[in-house]
Amino acid sequence: MINYQILLASSIGVLVAAGIYLMLRARTFPVVLGLAMLGYAVNLFLFGMGRLEIGTPPIIQDGVTSYVDPLPQALVLTAIVIGFGMTAFAVTLAVKGFVISGNDHIDGEIPRTESGGDTE
Amino acid sequence: MTMLIIVLLPFLAIFPVWMVGRRNRFISMLVAAATSASALVALATLAPAVMSGEVLTSSWPWIERLGLELAFRVDGLALLFGILILGIGTLVIVYAYFYLHDDDPIGSFYAMLMTFMGAMMGVVMSENVLLLVMFWELTSISSFLLIGYWKHLPAARQGARMALGITGGGGLALLAGMLLIGHIVGSYDLTTILASNELILGHDLYFVALVLVLLGAFTKSAQFPFHFWLPNAMSAPTPVSSYLHSATMVKAGVFLLARMHPALSGSSSWFVLVTGAGTITLCFAAYVALFKHDLKGLLAYSTISHLGLITACFGFSTKLATTAGVFHIMNHAIFKASLFMSAGIIDHETGTRDARVLSGLRHSMPITFGLATLATLAMAGFPLFSGFLSKEMFFEVAFLSMDNPLAGEIRGYEWLFPVLATFGGLCSMAYSFRLIGDVFFGEENPDLPKHPHDPPAGLWAPVAILVFFCVAIGVAPFLFQGFVFVVAQAVIGGPAPDYKIAIWHGLTPALGMTGVAVVGGALLYRNWRSIHSFHTRFAPISGKVIFEAFVEAAVASARRLTAWFDNGSMQRYIATTIGFATFVGFLGWYQLGWTPGTLDLTLAPPVALIPWGVLIAATALTIRFHRKRLAAVVMMSVVGLIVSLIFIFFSGPDLGLTQLSVEVVTILLILLSLYVLPQWTPRESTPRRRGRDAILSCAAGLGVGALAYGVMTRPQQTISDFYLEKSVPEGGGSNVVNVILVDFRGFDTMGEIAVLMVAAIGIVVMLQGRRPVRPNDVRPLIEERFPVMLTTTTRPMMALILVIAFYIFMRGHNLPGGGFIAGLVASVALIIQFLASGKTWTNKRLTVDFARMGALGVIIAVCTGLAAFLFEKPFLKGGLAHVHVPGIGEIHLASAMSFDLGVFMVVVGALLIIIKRLSEYHGGDDDEVESMKDRR
Repeated sequence: MINYQILLASSIGVLVAAGIYLMLRARTFPVVLGLAMLGYAVNLFLFGMGRLEIGTPPIIQDGVTSYVDPLPQALVLTAIVIGFGMTAFAVTLAVKGFVISGNDHIDGEIPRTESGGDTE
Repeated sequence: MTMLIIVLLPFLAIFPVWMVGRRNRFISMLVAAATSASALVALATLAPAVMSGEVLTSSWPWIERLGLELAFRVDGLALLFGILILGIGTLVIVYAYFYLHDDDPIGSFYAMLMTFMGAMMGVVMSENVLLLVMFWELTSISSFLLIGYWKHLPAARQGARMALGITGGGGLALLAGMLLIGHIVGSYDLTTILASNELILGHDLYFVALVLVLLGAFTKSAQFPFHFWLPNAMSAPTPVSSYLHSATMVKAGVFLLARMHPALSGSSSWFVLVTGAGTITLCFAAYVALFKHDLKGLLAYSTISHLGLITACFGFSTKLATTAGVFHIMNHAIFKASLFMSAGIIDHETGTRDARVLSGLRHSMPITFGLATLATLAMAGFPLFSGFLSKEMFFEVAFLSMDNPLAGEIRGYEWLFPVLATFGGLCSMAYSFRLIGDVFFGEENPDLPKHPHDPPAGLWAPVAILVFFCVAIGVAPFLFQGFVFVVAQAVIGGPAPDYKIAIWHGLTPALGMTGVAVVGGALLYRNWRSIHSFHTRFAPISGKVIFEAFVEAAVASARRLTAWFDNGSMQRYIATTIGFATFVGFLGWYQLGWTPGTLDLTLAPPVALIPWGVLIAATALTIRFHRKRLAAVVMMSVVGLIVSLIFIFFSGPDLGLTQLSVEVVTILLILLSLYVLPQWTPRESTPRRRGRDAILSCAAGLGVGALAYGVMTRPQQTISDFYLEKSVPEGGGSNVVNVILVDFRGFDTMGEIAVLMVAAIGIVVMLQGRRPVRPNDVRPLIEERFPVMLTTTTRPMMALILVIAFYIFMRGHNLPGGGFIAGLVASVALIIQFLASGKTWTNKRLTVDFARMGALGVIIAVCTGLAAFLFEKPFLKGGLAHVHVPGIGEIHLASAMSFDLGVFMVVVGALLIIIKRLSEYHGGDDDEVESMKDRR
């Protein structure tokens, strides 16, 4: 039996896992991707807090009495825009960090102890 | 009101004296002195009522939830301390003006002194015990600043740190103690607490509260074993030592004992702890003072010893003993302040404070000699001087305490009290002899650093005023008896004892003890050299060394701890943070269990598995190919699209539109960064590290997913009915999400657009300065810069999209849309031009200053909010009007629309600045690329 709750919950879980895995990488670029991915997950999570309703957008109409909770939507809307600001900032940080330090390791330098080193 | 003024006056003077002090030292001094003098006058107006036995209180509410009130009281005790603080304070201000060097920043000195003075007045006048603790800590901080006034001296910095460490720590204990007392009594009002002696004594927490309060008092008053900070505080300028570290601040500790005496005394724990600490301190410090060569060091230990005496008095706790205690507080403040000032004069005029070097100054400094001798006799406790009277009373109560009913554990040893008291008096006598004998008598030392002579009147006049009181009290005690008894009543919490302060009481045991002290002290001074050589055989145990070792050990262990988890690896921080959060999350389930909710599940048709599958697959592919960065971005954009579909499907049309347009800009932005950043990520994590990360992220994902499922299957309690109901009648729009954004929660939205603008500014600033030397290696790979198809279609498209944006903006209040979405759509229209036609072409035609546009947007939003004030409504309260425009239909002219316009402009401005700056960052321009292409 398929239901939307389990589908959305599992999507959120997968997105969180992927986002965190990318955030744990050693280079700035995957970390930025991870942040964005986690952003999707968090927005969906917040959205889900308003419960899942189909076809009841919070647009007041005559004769309609049932609407989805508009508050999480308002929160998520601004969260999406702020999330963009954060991603943009992180991306710029990564670019500038690379230009200044000459590498894109998140610590600003490539640790020698890491096995594998800087070569593929 | 007068009380508030008295406490506030010094604080109000802080800024003026500081500013003026930079230009004119004299006026700065005048302002400071006038402030404390006028506060003294204000206090004097309350004196008649207090002298007639009244307790004046007044209060203003402050933070009621915490039980914190701005409540003040003036009773006898507060009056005595107020007079000492403000009176001696005024003299010290004058003295410091002549004492400090022209190069010393006197403005900041007076500013700190005024802070201290206000804090001290706050301590003694607080009616609320939490307020008292607050001012108490402020005295510690201002004392720290004043000790470290000469910040170039290492000893000053070290001494300041130590004083703050000890007294500040004691202050924390005091806070805990006061909270406990407040818990026991149920009120933080002093009047209630002082009347609850039986309740407090009978409570289980009494002993803990007592110890905590005593820790505060003993650290502040430098009681053994917390005494060592005081001698080290002597690296402060002498006016500070005289004021803070003898006359007033160290008295805050004994003040606290006196203040809390009616509430906490009457038990044998009080008797044993307070009397014990006081007596030990009295004897130990008097003995150490005997061997100090530095005049200020000698006086510092003498101060500790006298504070011990006062503490012991409050410990004995009888009516007579507490009267002796408050009387000695007054006498000690007067003679010790004058002695410190005298030591300062000697230092100032001879260049040294070393008793081994100084000698025979009676000829060259006769005025100083006279004043210092009189003050020393008062300190030693000679008849006809103030110190004699209170010391006699102390000897008497020490003698009488031999049958104190509260002796408790120390019963059988009470005979020690008179013996130790006599020993302390004897040492005190001896160091007083030494102070005068070594410095002023004997042959004059011709090799002093400076040629000694009496100082200007500005330095000795304050001393003379204080010495006058030493003698006046000593000769005519009956003039002061009434005042002392009023003070004592406040400490006893009842009537004063039946006693007459007089010079002659007949042949009492106390007189005998004084006799022993005088003769013994003289003998001790005669044989000082042999006793000193005996004393120096023992290695000194310095509290300072122990304290420094303790501090160093604490710092070292903190450093080790920090190095252990703060090793500079971002990966470790993220892993630790997420790991901990996940752990805590699962801990909750481990304890309470996890169950799905009871809400009916929304069944999904099998076709729903397709977008779900796409999302999962795209996510998995992003991970799989994350080292190939371009591919990863493409995969991730699929995820973003599915997310916007989810929003639209589950009744969130606004969110879907927002997500979709943000997605476009985000992906573009990330692609732009790849212009500079490397194209691939090296494989550098070990399989073990990757395994660990996979486990961690899967655990977190499982947790969040299970949480989401748990919540989504449970019935909801929402506060949103309010918004749904009021949206149309009060917000004037049927799109509730938009009405929430621009009206109900407009203040939040204003914060959000400000954040977006700040991010844009941050990015602009970050991208200034150094640029990459050479464009990244991808560039030559691009053969066709601007495909003709893309270029020709996007140009007319732009106009269309902008019209759509306008439409979305206008309808946003009633249908999905609004400033955010319109802004995003418009931005996409413009950004596409950069993409399709290159930035040189676009910049030539698009000459809008987007930074200005964003800033203007914030201003419009704020002004809309402020406009509500014109209609006498709260900030951002919306107003509305519906206007029918022929040809377009009904449009709403709500103030929300102008706010939404601000949002729109910020979004467009911020997005375009960010994209433009980042696209320009890689250096070079399109023409250069064109020419490169031609060359090839």
